[in-house]
Amino acid sequence: MSVTTETTYSSASQAMPIGTPRHHIIIFAVLLGLLLIAPFLLYPVFIMKILCFALFASALNLLLGFGGLLSFGHAAFFGSASYVTAHAAKVWGLTPEVSILLGTGSAAILGLLIGALAIRRQGIYFAMVTLAFAQMVFFFALQAPFTGGEDGIQAVPRGNLFGVLSLADDRTLYFVVLAIVFGGLLAIYRIIHSPFGQVLKAIRDNEPRSISLGYKVNRYKLAVFVMSAALAGLAGSTKSLVFQLASLTDVYWTMSGEVVLMTLLGGMGTIFGPFVGAAVIVTMQNYFASFGAWVTILQGTIFVISVLLFREGIVGVLSKWIKKPL
Amino acid sequence: MFELLGIPPQALFGQLLLGLINGSFYALLSLGLAVIFGLLNIINFSHGAQYMMGAFVAWMGLTYLGIPYWGALIVVPLVVGATGVVIERLMISRLYHLDHLYGLLLTFGLALIIQGLFRNGFGVSGLPYSIPSQLSGGTNLGFMFLPNYRAWVVVASLLVCFGTWFAIERTRLGAYLRAATENPTLVGAFGINVPRMITLTYGFGVALAAFAGVLAAPIYSVNPNMGADLIIVVFAVVVIGGMGSILGAILTGFGLGIVEGLTKVFYPEASSVAIFVIMAIVLLVKPAGLFGRTA
Repeated sequence: MSVTTETTYSSASQAMPIGTPRHHIIIFAVLLGLLLIAPFLLYPVFIMKILCFALFASALNLLLGFGGLLSFGHAAFFGSASYVTAHAAKVWGLTPEVSILLGTGSAAILGLLIGALAIRRQGIYFAMVTLAFAQMVFFFALQAPFTGGEDGIQAVPRGNLFGVLSLADDRTLYFVVLAIVFGGLLAIYRIIHSPFGQVLKAIRDNEPRSISLGYKVNRYKLAVFVMSAALAGLAGSTKSLVFQLASLTDVYWTMSGEVVLMTLLGGMGTIFGPFVGAAVIVTMQNYFASFGAWVTILQGTIFVISVLLFREGIVGVLSKWIKKPL
Repeated sequence: MFELLGIPPQALFGQLLLGLINGSFYALLSLGLAVIFGLLNIINFSHGAQYMMGAFVAWMGLTYLGIPYWGALIVVPLVVGATGVVIERLMISRLYHLDHLYGLLLTFGLALIIQGLFRNGFGVSGLPYSIPSQLSGGTNLGFMFLPNYRAWVVVASLLVCFGTWFAIERTRLGAYLRAATENPTLVGAFGINVPRMITLTYGFGVALAAFAGVLAAPIYSVNPNMGADLIIVVFAVVVIGGMGSILGAILTGFGLGIVEGLTKVFYPEASSVAIFVIMAIVLLVKPAGLFGRTA
């Protein structure tokens, strides 16, 4: 056992040197620097939307790009967390950090339930099962008494962080959101590069071999599913405070499709791809919002082009150019 | 008036009939998915959009060209099936050497494009399509009133499902098809044009979806979103049945339609999630699906 584990790690470390590569630290630092000055140049709510979706897409990428599991139902976690946070902040009057924790926690529990069932099937079936369960969550949100049906939960108070700091101002909220999202992204980076992440990649690349090496494959799959669900929930919770709204759009299948698109466009299995994908798609939605159904057509077209010609995604192509993993 | 389990028989049989109608659509659509999956190994996410296209092309045929319902029943599947052939040749055929998930992503994108185009052209309010005069009205069966058109939907769906099953399981062409599912290289070595067969199979699966769309046009209003939610339920049906068997897809489709109808009678709040709950139970008890081979 120990011998085989060692060989696995040594082959992995050939692909990626031990320790954090310097160019990753530089990119994270430059990204943080840009995001710190961004709210003084651009509309803060717009960047917060990008940040929330960047975290959402990175959470999906953790599952899809590193676990090899395509979930077509991640809106269930994003949306349910968004509802729970909105309800906790508005009806129970809880502070934002507690509301976000509750939303994230409920997404994790939902992830445990759906994940435990979904990992019983592989490949295409896994995608269909997650999509079907997400639709079930959508019907629940449509009918449940506390979700407000078609109206959703509107005018959610942003409240005071830890009961002291008012988040009503967009820029104040921005730095809190930046801290949450950046923390989430670093956590995902850490998970990917931990021994757990290495095993995950081994399972993605060769499941039968991982089983024969003695790994409890299903436990790893379930664990990464729950982590991904919780992080998607964190993104949904934060989003509901930013827009002060939780609505059916957050749990609908189109949302699941959008986040898959962001990940695919940015680059599946890359570290910075989902961020780039989210930024491109959110910007596009912003500028084409007045064209109605054309946004859907454009998104569909990007899907088709990405799959046919551009499977590595934007960051995947860049990474090939500079011959370093991004 | 007698009652069954505290439910008036009209309500019970009415919901059973509705369930049977829904089941007809589940069966037709999951059959198409199973046929496509069998040979192409992809899940056709645009199946719902192609079903919607079927209904729209029937409406356009009637409105712009005066093609009556009975003509549409034959012409529309051919037209929409032909678009399927083009899509397979131009796009899907480029993905066979890749992970099957790319087929899913591609057809999802296509579904978005098709839906968006129809929403742009026709809005979302829905267009009426009248029931053909031969099938208007209904028959009083004594215990319930049976609208003729709905009876026709069930009969037509059963006929097409049985015809497809017969063609695949009992004819020479079907034997080639099943052989190609098992081992395309060997079948090609016997001089059968497998790529063409794959293309036509996709076209046929899409034509089945379009046929279901024409059947649905007079019952449901013709609108761009009619296929989107339906296809997710059909995915659940496919997971429950497993895609290994043609007959399995048909039986599961009808069976689940009836179960859903019964839930509407006894516990209406749960009717929209009944199929998903069954899917959860099947995943726990028999992960490969009721008729599926273990993966």
